[in-house]
Amino acid sequence: MAKGQPPARDGRDDIAPEPEFVQLLNPEGERVEHPEYSVDFSDEEYRDLYRDLVIVRKLDKEATALQRQGELAIWASLLGQEAAQVGSGRALRPQDMAFPTYREHGVLYCRGIDPIMPLSLFRGVDYGGWDPAKYKFNMYTIVIGAQTLHATGYAMGINLDGRIGGGNGSGDDEAVIAYFGDGASSQGDVNEAFVWAGVFHAPVVFFCQNNQYAISEPLERQTRVPLYQRAAGFGFPGVRVDGNDVLATYAVTRAAMDNARHGQGPTLIEAYTYRMGAHTTSDDPTRYRIASEVESWQAKDPILRVHRFLTNQGLADDAFFSSVEEQAAEVATHLRERVLSMPEPDPMSVFDNAYPNGSPLIDEERERFVAYQASFAEGAH
Amino acid sequence: MTGQAVTSAEKAATTLSIGKALNNGLRRAMEDDPKVLIMGEDVGKLGGVFRITDGLQKDFGEDRVIDTPLAESGIVGTAIGLALRGYRPVCEIQFDGFVYPAYDQIVSQVAKFHYRSRGQVRLPIVIRIPFGGGIGAVEHHSESPEAYFSHTAGLKVVSCANPNDAYWMIQQAIASDDPIIFMEPKRRYWEKGQVDTDGEPYPLHSARVLRPGTDATVVAYGPMVRVALDAAAAAVEDGRELEVIDLRSLSPLDLGPVYDSVRRTGRLVVVHEAPSNLGLGSEVAARVTEKCFYSLEAPVLRVTGFNVPYPAARLEEEYLPDLDRVLDAVDRSFGW
Repeated sequence: MAKGQPPARDGRDDIAPEPEFVQLLNPEGERVEHPEYSVDFSDEEYRDLYRDLVIVRKLDKEATALQRQGELAIWASLLGQEAAQVGSGRALRPQDMAFPTYREHGVLYCRGIDPIMPLSLFRGVDYGGWDPAKYKFNMYTIVIGAQTLHATGYAMGINLDGRIGGGNGSGDDEAVIAYFGDGASSQGDVNEAFVWAGVFHAPVVFFCQNNQYAISEPLERQTRVPLYQRAAGFGFPGVRVDGNDVLATYAVTRAAMDNARHGQGPTLIEAYTYRMGAHTTSDDPTRYRIASEVESWQAKDPILRVHRFLTNQGLADDAFFSSVEEQAAEVATHLRERVLSMPEPDPMSVFDNAYPNGSPLIDEERERFVAYQASFAEGAH
Repeated sequence: MTGQAVTSAEKAATTLSIGKALNNGLRRAMEDDPKVLIMGEDVGKLGGVFRITDGLQKDFGEDRVIDTPLAESGIVGTAIGLALRGYRPVCEIQFDGFVYPAYDQIVSQVAKFHYRSRGQVRLPIVIRIPFGGGIGAVEHHSESPEAYFSHTAGLKVVSCANPNDAYWMIQQAIASDDPIIFMEPKRRYWEKGQVDTDGEPYPLHSARVLRPGTDATVVAYGPMVRVALDAAAAAVEDGRELEVIDLRSLSPLDLGPVYDSVRRTGRLVVVHEAPSNLGLGSEVAARVTEKCFYSLEAPVLRVTGFNVPYPAARLEEEYLPDLDRVLDAVDRSFGW
C-alpha cells in the first residue's frame, strides 16, 4: 500500500462495492419499480430510444475506425455510456441548454445536431466550433470541468431573465445541464460551480458520468465518498442512477431538469457507468485494468438490456432490429463520406476570428504572410 | 434607480479622482445598457475594497451588482456563462495577485471562445484588476501581471493613467465585444484630474503623447505615467525636453506614436513596474529596433521592477522605478 493511504475501515475500504442507484430496467431487460421515478413511454418511444442507442454506438464505432485509418487525429469514444447520454439527452426540453465535455456525442445526437459537427475538431480542420445559442448546445470543452462554471453562469442568466418558476407565464421555462466526469469532480472549477449554483439557486443540473476511470486513474483516486453524496455539502440534492439504464437516466434527468426550471435549484446526478473502451484512441487501458472487470460490465450493457426488454415485451421483432441496424449503418457511412470529403482549411484562415474587432498586430502578420506565400508563386525569385 | 446619477449640470468638465471617475464610468455604462453586470468579491454593500463600485448596488440592485462567492475562477467562469446568455459582465478581481486562480478561465476560455467558434461567439467581458505597488501592502497585493495577459491572443489589455481616461476607457471597454483585461493603477486611485464627460473620447486602443519633447522619448503606462511626467518636468532643469507617451493599450500595442517620436528624438526609455524579463518593455524595444533602427542614437533602455518576487513593503521604494531611475536611464542613453 502506498504511503498516505488511509487504513481500511470495518474491514473494508471500497467506496461503493454494490452501489445503490435508481434503476428502472435491469441488465436482464426487466422493468424495475422505483418509489420515486418512473417513465411512461409509448411503444414507439421505447423503440426510438433503442434506435438512438444503436445509432450513437455505431457512429462512435465509425469514428474510432476513422481514427485507426488516420482520418481523425484522435477520438474520445463513448462506448458503454450510451444510455447515460441518450437518457439524459432525450430528457432535455427544446429550450434547455447543454454544456458538454468532449465525449458527449450521444447527447449531441439527441439534441438533433448533425454528428459531423464535432468531427472537424477531431480531424484537426478547425476547433469544431458552432453557435451554442443556435443549437442550445455549447461547444465541446476540453479543459476538464471548466464548462461547469459556464453552465452555472448561464443558469444564473436564466434566473436574471425570469425564465424559471413560471415567471414568464408561457410554460417554456428553461434549465441547464452540465456534463462532466468522475475525474472532473476533483477540479476546483467543478466545486466552485457547485458553490455558485447552490448560493444563487441556479437552474442547473450537474450530470456526472462516473465511468470509473480518469484516463488510467480509478475512482478511488478521486474520492473517498460516493460522488452523488457531495451535493449535500453544497446544499442541493444528489442522486445516483444506473448510468447503463436509459429509462432511469431519462427519468432522473427529466425530474431534475423540471425541478430546476420550476425554481427548485440545482441537482447533482451521478450516472454510474463504465467506459468500455479507451479514454481516447491514444490510450491503452490494458495497462491499468483487468479483462474480467471489463467483462463484468459487458453483462450490464446498456443496449442489450433494451433489446431484451423490447423482445420480452413483444414491442419489437427481428424486422425492426434489422431495420435499425441498417439505418445505423447508413448514418455511419454517410458520416464517413463527409469526414473524408472535409475540405482542407484555407491557410489564411489561421488569422481569422481571434477578436471580434480584429487586431492591427494580426493584420500586420497576415499581410506579411501573404507576401511570404506569394514569394513562392511561379516566377517569383 | 439612479438617484445618485451625475446630473447634466455636473457634467462637462469636473475634477475627479481616478477611483471616482471609474465609478462614474461604470455607472454610466450600467445606465446605458441594462445587460451590463458587475460581479466580484465585496463589490456590493462595501463598494469594493477600493470603493470603485461604491453605491452601484444600492442604485442598480443585487441582480446587477453581484457579490460573488470568494473564488476567482468561479467569477470569471460564471461570467462566461452570463455572456453566452447575452449579458456584459464586468468582473472585479480584488487584487492583482489574486487573479491567478482565474488564469485558466481567462486564458483558455475567455480568450479562445471566439476563435474556437470560428467567430460565432462573442464574450464581451471586462476583467478589472487593480495592479501595481506603492501602497505599502502585504504579499500578493502589489503585482503587475499585465504581460501574462498581453501575451495571450484573444485578450485585449488596457491601462488607464488619469481620471479622464479612467472615465472613458472603462465605458469603451464595456461597450467593446472584445474580452478586455482592464488594469487599474491602484496607487493612483486617489489622484485627481479633469474629466470631460461630454467630450469625444480618445480611441481605446491608441497610445497618446502626453508631453511633447525633442531630446528623448519616455514610454510608460498605468501607475508609471505619473513618474514619467515628473521625470520630464525635472529633466527641464538639465536642459532636456523629454517626450512622454502613455501606451494606454498594452495589447494590441499602438506603437505608431512611439515610432514617430523615436524618429525625432533618437532615444527611448521604457518604464514599467513589472520585471524587465519578457515584459512589455522588451516587446516595445524589439519593435522600435525593427522599425526605427537607423534613427536610434542609443539602444532602447528599460527602467523596471527587478527580476525578483515583489518585495516587502519596506523595500518597495527600492524596487519601484522612480523619477531618479528614469533620469538615470535618460543620462545613460545620452552617454552612449
